[in-house]
Amino acid sequence: MKCVICHNDWMPKMSFSIFLTLRQEDVCCPRCRARFIRLEGNRCERCSRLTDQVVCEDCIAWEKRKSVLKQNVSVYMYNDWMKEVMNRFKFRGDYALIEAFRQDVRAVFSKHFSSDVCLVPIPLSPSRLAERGFNQAEAIASLLPSPMIFGLQRIDDEKQSKKKRRERFTGRKFCLTGENVAEKRIVIVDDIYTTGATVHEAAKLLYDAGACEICSFTLIRS
Amino acid sequence: MTSANKRSGRLVHFFFSGVIRLYMAGKQLLKCELSFPYDEKYVQIVESIVKTKKGYRCVRCGNENQQLFASFPCARCKRICTYCRKCVMMGRCSECNPLVIWTGPIPSTFFSSPLKWSGKLSPAQQLASDEVCHAIDRNDSLLVWAVCGAGKTEVLFAGINLALSHGKRVCIAAPRTDVVLELAPRLASVFPSVDMAALYGGSEDRGKLASLTVATTHQLLRYCRAFDVMIVDEVDAFPYSADPMLSYAVERARKPTSSLIYLTATPNEQWRYEVKSGKRKAVMIPARYHRHPLPVPTFEWCGNWQKKWRKKRLPSCVVRWINEHVERRKQAFLFVPHIDFLQQAVPHLQQFHPHIEGVHAEDPKRKEKVLAFRRGHIPILVTTTILERGVTVPNIDVAVLGAEQPIFTESALVQIAGRVGRSAQHPTGDIRFFHFGKTKAMLKAKRHIVRMNEEARKRGLLDE
Ligand SMILES: [Zn+2]
Ligand SMILES: [Zn+2]
Ligand SMILES: [Zn+2]
Ligand SMILES: [Zn+2]
Repeated sequence: MKCVICHNDWMPKMSFSIFLTLRQEDVCCPRCRARFIRLEGNRCERCSRLTDQVVCEDCIAWEKRKSVLKQNVSVYMYNDWMKEVMNRFKFRGDYALIEAFRQDVRAVFSKHFSSDVCLVPIPLSPSRLAERGFNQAEAIASLLPSPMIFGLQRIDDEKQSKKKRRERFTGRKFCLTGENVAEKRIVIVDDIYTTGATVHEAAKLLYDAGACEICSFTLIRS
Repeated sequence: MTSANKRSGRLVHFFFSGVIRLYMAGKQLLKCELSFPYDEKYVQIVESIVKTKKGYRCVRCGNENQQLFASFPCARCKRICTYCRKCVMMGRCSECNPLVIWTGPIPSTFFSSPLKWSGKLSPAQQLASDEVCHAIDRNDSLLVWAVCGAGKTEVLFAGINLALSHGKRVCIAAPRTDVVLELAPRLASVFPSVDMAALYGGSEDRGKLASLTVATTHQLLRYCRAFDVMIVDEVDAFPYSADPMLSYAVERARKPTSSLIYLTATPNEQWRYEVKSGKRKAVMIPARYHRHPLPVPTFEWCGNWQKKWRKKRLPSCVVRWINEHVERRKQAFLFVPHIDFLQQAVPHLQQFHPHIEGVHAEDPKRKEKVLAFRRGHIPILVTTTILERGVTVPNIDVAVLGAEQPIFTESALVQIAGRVGRSAQHPTGDIRFFHFGKTKAMLKAKRHIVRMNEEARKRGLLDE
């Protein structure tokens, strides 16, 4: 079998459990697989950050600012290996790498969400989308069993960069597309949760448009 | 518009098209990489992915392995779009992203004898150097078959000098970044007046068209019909050799009328046959510059070392070899077949000496470890790959554990043996192949080395 990441051939171990459950064979070799670190153990219950606190300081700060995002769930930790793989996936455009995440993404998602939620992928600006050829958040969402709603669009970066810095600081990244999100339970999907600013802003917009329960799901928690 | 404005407008236009020409000349770039308009007159636009009977072929890198093509819902062409995964690190060749190939003229720069070097060549080097000049002059191809440590870089100097004097563009292609990093400053120091580009992933010279270029295989993919002299340095390539992309990229990057010089320590069987039957021009340097014979490997059976390793034990002869080297303070390389084994074995080996280290091709601490080894801080370096050629650590030994493994081809073993006895002060050393059953590759490698020594002796190239 050819590893989807390093392209080396490897021999999958024929185990009885794979045979019995008809579980999908891994698409990457054990060495590449071992370099991904799944988020496990003590985490902030709101944002998946690794910490011994029940709710981390950042999340307490978000709460004070009355953020409407209920919870963020992430799959992997951010490490050098993830950085390398994401560079190839996102910036070089090697779409096929998404397959390396399929099993873990589905498993973690179904542990936290029921499939009747609606997925809202974080959008790219039209110019960025044309440049890359695909939206990484949409690619991640496409691995999941729930329907997608394209409820958000990005206010064009180029126009923004012309504004003064201070204006940009208060300026918004997104606006609504007009797709109906009212009364829906929403899971915002993105590739990475760093400060959380992106998904919290998106959550606010969707909340104002009438969405009832808003969570987020990202591939990586940095 | 005032006339002054018009003039400056024209000037800007002139300057702009000049810049584009310099940027595009000799290149093949993806359409999406070009953010500026280009002169349609001087370019040809071709599909980067074409359909064949077998499936797809990538026009840029020549990939036809169907497992290395993938499709995705493309936002640009609004279709399921197929792309090449083999060369995706150089930008994505996809069905909706054609290649823009320069067909216009490529400017020449002439230098008058730019070589500033006062070293002397050995008679065997001189012979090879003359042949290289000859081939460059006549746009011929030539195979330089030089043993590891023959001093082959110097053999190129006169030929490159000749080419640059005639306004030719020269490219040296190497399979690995560290070879480029080592070769470029060396050449810059002997051709101080020549504009140079060192091309590798992340290099600052990216996109430059220089008179003298040193590039990795991947970087060659940006060039098309660009070079008058193409030199392919394949020596010490282990484990990166035998990639069909290299020869594809080389053929594409050189001009139809150009010279092609191949440097190798281990030509494949096909080539050796062609040399023997006179179908391929070749020149051999069978001896090292220091006029001592190549050390010959010895074989030592070590039993089923993999089975033993499952109980975290090493064969006793290997343990003895390690102890001997630690006690005698003689530095050594220990080659192993897999990274997995390397990573398990190093902590175990550190029981023999805490400073024993392991390094593999993608090791982020590779540079530091190589430096520490060179400074003598690491007694034994366990590795899966040939390290920088500059690692002329004098007075070292080499061993291979699991020499029977398929990764250790004849060529790999010859190159590994070539690490030993490189310096004139310490021209000998021990090369040990620990194995679980002799393979053809091992026997061929040994015979290869013995024959080179015989040839050198016959030609009077050894002092014994
Ligand atoms: Zn792999
Ligand atoms: Zn938190
Ligand atoms: Zn497309
Ligand atoms: Zn390709």
